[in-house]
Amino acid sequence: MSPKSLTPRLQDLKTEIEGHAKDFGLDCFETVFEVLSYDELNMVAAYGGFPNRYPHWRWGMEYEQLSKGYEYGLSKIYELVINNDPCYAYLLESNAEVDQKLVMAHVFGHCDFFKNNFSFAHTNRRMIDEMANHATRVRRWVDKIGVDKVEDFIDRALSLENLIDYHSPYIRRNPDPKRAEEESKSNERVEGFKVNREYMRGFVNPREFMEEQRKKVEEQKLKAKKFPERPQRDVLLFLLEHAPLEAWEFDILAILREEAYYFAPQGQTKIMNEGWASYWHSSIMTQRALKDHEILDYADHHSGTMGTRPGALNPYKIGIELFRDIEDRWNKGRFGKEWDECDDLRARRAWDRKLGQGREKIFEVRKHYNDVTFIDTFLTPEFAIEQKLFVYGFNEKRNAWEIMDREFRKVKNKLLLQLTNFGQPIIEVVDGNHDNRSELLLAHKHDGQDLKADYARETLKNLQSLWRRPVNVITRFDGKGVMLRHDGQNQSEKKVEL
Amino acid sequence: MSLKIHQDHSRFKEIVRGKIKANLKKYVQKGEMLGKRGKDLISIPVPFIDVPHFKYGHKEQGGVGQGEGEIGQQLAPGSVQPGAGHQAGQGEGEHALEVDVSLDELAQILGEELQLPNIERRGRERIITQKIKYTGINTTGPESLRHFKRTYKRALQRQIAMGAYDPSVPVVIPTREDRRYRSYKLQTLPETNAVILYMMDVSGSMGDEQKEIVRIESFWLDTWLRHQYKGIECRYIIHDAVAREVDRDTFFHTRESGGTMISSAYKLCKEIIKADYPAGSWNIYPFHFSDGDNWSADDTRNCVEMLRNDILPAVNQFAYGQVESPYGSGQFIKDLRESVGELDNVALSEIADKDAIYQSIKDFLGRGK
Repeated sequence: MSPKSLTPRLQDLKTEIEGHAKDFGLDCFETVFEVLSYDELNMVAAYGGFPNRYPHWRWGMEYEQLSKGYEYGLSKIYELVINNDPCYAYLLESNAEVDQKLVMAHVFGHCDFFKNNFSFAHTNRRMIDEMANHATRVRRWVDKIGVDKVEDFIDRALSLENLIDYHSPYIRRNPDPKRAEEESKSNERVEGFKVNREYMRGFVNPREFMEEQRKKVEEQKLKAKKFPERPQRDVLLFLLEHAPLEAWEFDILAILREEAYYFAPQGQTKIMNEGWASYWHSSIMTQRALKDHEILDYADHHSGTMGTRPGALNPYKIGIELFRDIEDRWNKGRFGKEWDECDDLRARRAWDRKLGQGREKIFEVRKHYNDVTFIDTFLTPEFAIEQKLFVYGFNEKRNAWEIMDREFRKVKNKLLLQLTNFGQPIIEVVDGNHDNRSELLLAHKHDGQDLKADYARETLKNLQSLWRRPVNVITRFDGKGVMLRHDGQNQSEKKVEL
Repeated sequence: MSLKIHQDHSRFKEIVRGKIKANLKKYVQKGEMLGKRGKDLISIPVPFIDVPHFKYGHKEQGGVGQGEGEIGQQLAPGSVQPGAGHQAGQGEGEHALEVDVSLDELAQILGEELQLPNIERRGRERIITQKIKYTGINTTGPESLRHFKRTYKRALQRQIAMGAYDPSVPVVIPTREDRRYRSYKLQTLPETNAVILYMMDVSGSMGDEQKEIVRIESFWLDTWLRHQYKGIECRYIIHDAVAREVDRDTFFHTRESGGTMISSAYKLCKEIIKADYPAGSWNIYPFHFSDGDNWSADDTRNCVEMLRNDILPAVNQFAYGQVESPYGSGQFIKDLRESVGELDNVALSEIADKDAIYQSIKDFLGRGK
């Protein structure tokens, strides 16, 4: 790839747009734009935004789809920006000037978000280099081990890549080991209730009771020996620590895990991130950068990005509208106890305390929220009606998707459910020595949605090949507890009581 | 310029190729109906290649959408995108992946899977002719190919741009950089010629299903032979009691009624070969499909005679495929087997149903004739 440096004209545009962004208070990393031809852009997009990734066929598949989409005129990548310091972003060589401006303005929005949103605080800001290192490391293993083996391993490991703990960068799940030790010590002796007079002991703590207590303590001890001590969500980490992996397998799995963690915040803030960037491209373009003759093209492309379809939620649209709504509410003081308790529709409609805190508020929101908390906190019934949100579902009888409900509670719950844990099922390692036979036991925390069964079986097979001993996962299909099992040769399942 | 991703891309294509190969039997049964067809490309739906994850079954999931509509109103088909909202652009889902495969590549896959030998062309020294074609303009070349008009234009442009052009003294002097030359390419003309003669029985006993089998099989035969020969011709003959030559479309869609006189087709075939395809310079492949219910033993004798004396000496391989019809399978293939079955440029195959097409292609093409 040969990135072309910006033409003087584009350089001027960049300086101009960057100036506007700063004026508005955006706080970005240094941003580097590179101009690429469309096939180069497709390549970078297929690589997830990076110029260099480890060798794998699925980039090729992405590339094929993107290229076809472009060639048939179905889709076109507008912006591509990497969370890195400096921030890298790409411009399509053949885009018109107004598009380049739009993309730049949008990119500065993302860049500000990357730098300031808390979700990204723990991400590696030198990821471009890191990705290149990963590529080199994997290539080296390919040279040593052989391409088929490595590719096969990556295929299997990738199928587990979503089994990470999306929240782990922010909280400590494992309790302090010292405290745990003390606790277990204090539990060692079996004591009954406190007895003041020795002769009462037999009545206060009868033998059967003491026996029960002893059993309880023993059970607790047994539990302590169980590993992991408590369910572990970071299945990949558990595998790294306990699965009998060879050195190269360990290395590759660690690479995949690191990359999964790097990309996780982008999935957790899709709505906010795109909404924020769209808000700013719209503000910068319409208030500052647009020339008269560019308005039609801008409007065309802006509305293209904001377009909605009934069966999919456009994160750009919902994000920008929500940010605008928040700004409007805080400008007019439509929040707080008084507002919440006001039932008078007319008063509500006319409500304007002229607080003017909107801008300030949205900057605060972009710092401290992710999609889940964003929707949870700021999605209002009025907003849901205005944006015509609805819940859709599959009607088995008519064999079609249809609109199910427009009630605010249901819309919001569905939306939150979709966003929680990145829209992925929560699956934890419960026991690494299941049945005392070194089998692996996972449990799916069922939240009302079944797993896709065929995928689950395939995934289990892949997991087994890493763990080498039989693996099991407990989940629920149609309300009944099921334990899926793969022992390396055979797939089986049995009913379990939950 | 080569991009880094081309490695991954070609690896992906290899995998797709493997998938096609693995599912070839299924595709063979579908023949030309298996996908949209362009001029040289055919797009084949292969099962979406996906890395399995623990994930929600999509139908369980439903989601939140945006827009007008009453409760209970159906969403337009295709408007629900799996994984909507989170992974935009990650085309996940149960849809099949459409991949473009060139017919040439498809033939290769067919060849590998069925282990078809390359066809040995009939020994004859064909002169490979090369033709020069002027295809463009270049900045270098021999003086004899200089393009005067273009050269003059360049020179004029340059002089005007430099301000060195004086309309009152219109002298234009080209420099080395102004010169333009015609560039050419060498084209090789088809080195061998080949013709496929399709014959089909369209008598009353050949139903639509039988015809479909013929159509599918002929698609694959076509594909393979086209892969082996550049520039191949096809001729189509239908017959019941009389034979006539038709175009491709009619060939596959006519339904006649009446009896079957196979000799009529062979006679026409013989005449076509004699008139248009002198055996010395053509590779000739007659394929005949019928349900084998010939009118009379006399007629069959007549056919065998014609095959022996006129057709077989002229062609690379004569192939007869007997399609099983609702009225059972006829006698003809047995008669042929007894009379000419021993000859090594005769291929006979019985095609009971669509599943048998696969084997039949092998019967026909497996000898490398």
